[in-house]
Amino acid sequence: MKIHQLSLFLENKPGQMTEPCRLLAQAGINIRTLTLADTEQFGILRLIVSDWQKGDRLLEEAGYVVNVTEVVAVEVPDRPGGLAELLAVFDHTDINIEYMYAFTFGRGDTAVMIFRFDKPDAAIERLQLAGNIIVGSTEVYSRISR
Amino acid sequence: MIEHSSKIHPASAPDYTPVAQLRDLQLGRLQATAARAYERVELYRRRMNERNMRPEDLRTLEDLANLPFTVKADLRDTYPFGLFASPLEEIVRLHASSGTTGKPIVVGYTQHDVGVWTDAMTRTFLACGLGRGDIIQNAYGYGLFTGGLGAHYGAEALGATVIPISGGNTDRQIMVMKDFKVTAICCTPSYFLHLLDRAAQMEVNVAELPLRVGVFGAEPWTDSLRRHIEAAAGIKAFDIYGLTEITGPGVGIECPCQAGLHIFEDHFYPEIIDPETGRLVAEGEEGELVLTTLSKQAMPMIRYRTRDISAFVPGSCPCGRTLRRIRRISRRSDDMFIIRGVNVFPSQVETALLAVEGMLPHYQIILTREAGLDQLEVQVEVTPPVASDRVAALENLHNKLAHTLSQTLGLRVKVRLVAPQTLKRSEGKAQRVIDRRNI
Repeated sequence: MKIHQLSLFLENKPGQMTEPCRLLAQAGINIRTLTLADTEQFGILRLIVSDWQKGDRLLEEAGYVVNVTEVVAVEVPDRPGGLAELLAVFDHTDINIEYMYAFTFGRGDTAVMIFRFDKPDAAIERLQLAGNIIVGSTEVYSRISR
Repeated sequence: MIEHSSKIHPASAPDYTPVAQLRDLQLGRLQATAARAYERVELYRRRMNERNMRPEDLRTLEDLANLPFTVKADLRDTYPFGLFASPLEEIVRLHASSGTTGKPIVVGYTQHDVGVWTDAMTRTFLACGLGRGDIIQNAYGYGLFTGGLGAHYGAEALGATVIPISGGNTDRQIMVMKDFKVTAICCTPSYFLHLLDRAAQMEVNVAELPLRVGVFGAEPWTDSLRRHIEAAAGIKAFDIYGLTEITGPGVGIECPCQAGLHIFEDHFYPEIIDPETGRLVAEGEEGELVLTTLSKQAMPMIRYRTRDISAFVPGSCPCGRTLRRIRRISRRSDDMFIIRGVNVFPSQVETALLAVEGMLPHYQIILTREAGLDQLEVQVEVTPPVASDRVAALENLHNKLAHTLSQTLGLRVKVRLVAPQTLKRSEGKAQRVIDRRNI
């Protein structure tokens, strides 16, 4: 149900993105989607890659501090109000969305979004109860890359 | 000496004691100090016993070189009052300065000791050409730090007018300097530079004010900085030396010849040793300054290793003072550094990092000087246990580090989180401190 995200600590200065991307490329690991959070001093590069274990090992060997986090990929109806309806599931709960970002490709009339919850299991339960489709880890790549 | 006697202030008379007479005085005081330390302080007694020495073995001043050293760690190990040679009822003052482990080192003074200190500071100001009628702005910090009160008592005993303004609030310092017609200021040289910059912004030309003397110390500075300050402010700038363990400010001072710092030898006996071997170096050679107190009661210091590197200035001083001179302190023999008058040890930084992170990350201390003020930045590598995918978590870590470091060191610390493996590793001893202040 959950998928693995790799997070890298980067300093906020020119050229910091190049090296990790190159390392993954050389190993034939595809970046499915990514997001970069930045502050004045540093950035956090969050990646969903085709082989997270290999990617994790590779980047750590290269000296990066890599955090592996479990995130949830959810189908979102690609129409006005789609995301708002989905988020309404968490009204009146104590589940917090730490951050979220989108896959670059959707499928047909749905988009897929990545959510980082403070309580991922409780979040998944609520989402499923409301009839949302959670995209699993093996599924995510084949569905998206088609 | 005779040619000066007509204008010598009575309080300064000991500065001109004939050398033979001064040595006699020193020997007598040294013997009394050693006896007091042996009788009343367990550490000194044990150290001397270990060497089968008794205070009576001090027959000449040269015999002092046989006595064991005292080091900063001894003050830490006996924290807080273990080196006191007077009962607490006789102690009228306590001061403290930062130590190596987060615990400060504590020093005590009897009424007599405060008198000794005041005497040394009075003679300090006299050597700078100050006296009655001068208005002294004392911008050294008042509090546990010895700078503020040490200078205050000396200036008052001198008969000068003291403004106990303490450190900080630069705009007010400039207003006071101008409106009160201040003639002398005491502060760190870096703070004075900052003050000059700020004054220029406020369109106050310090060179046109009555200010004529600066007594600068509590951090290392150079002759070129002195020349800059003297030209920019239209003053004469004097280097003052002192340390809490010995008394505070007033251990040594430059005279108008500005050719080395006279040590007030009737109170503080100087030696220069090779920091490696511990042996005395030849006259004029560079080494570590070692000081022994000759007049203090509450906390006699026997052969205290200052870690300050200096050398005796050979020959006699044209000013007529018979007190030996040491060269301006250029550096220290350990990795302690002084920033804005505060002593900082890399180990203190480590203590703070450990407290926050639980383990010691790779780190580096960068010292810079911005707009005349010393800045301290600690660069900390992010390690797996503290890394996070959440910005808030890392910002929280950053703030916690900055807060804890500032608390531990007692000054504002800038923290920069850096990627792992980015700080330079060196073979052997890590270079923890990068000093870019050009001093």
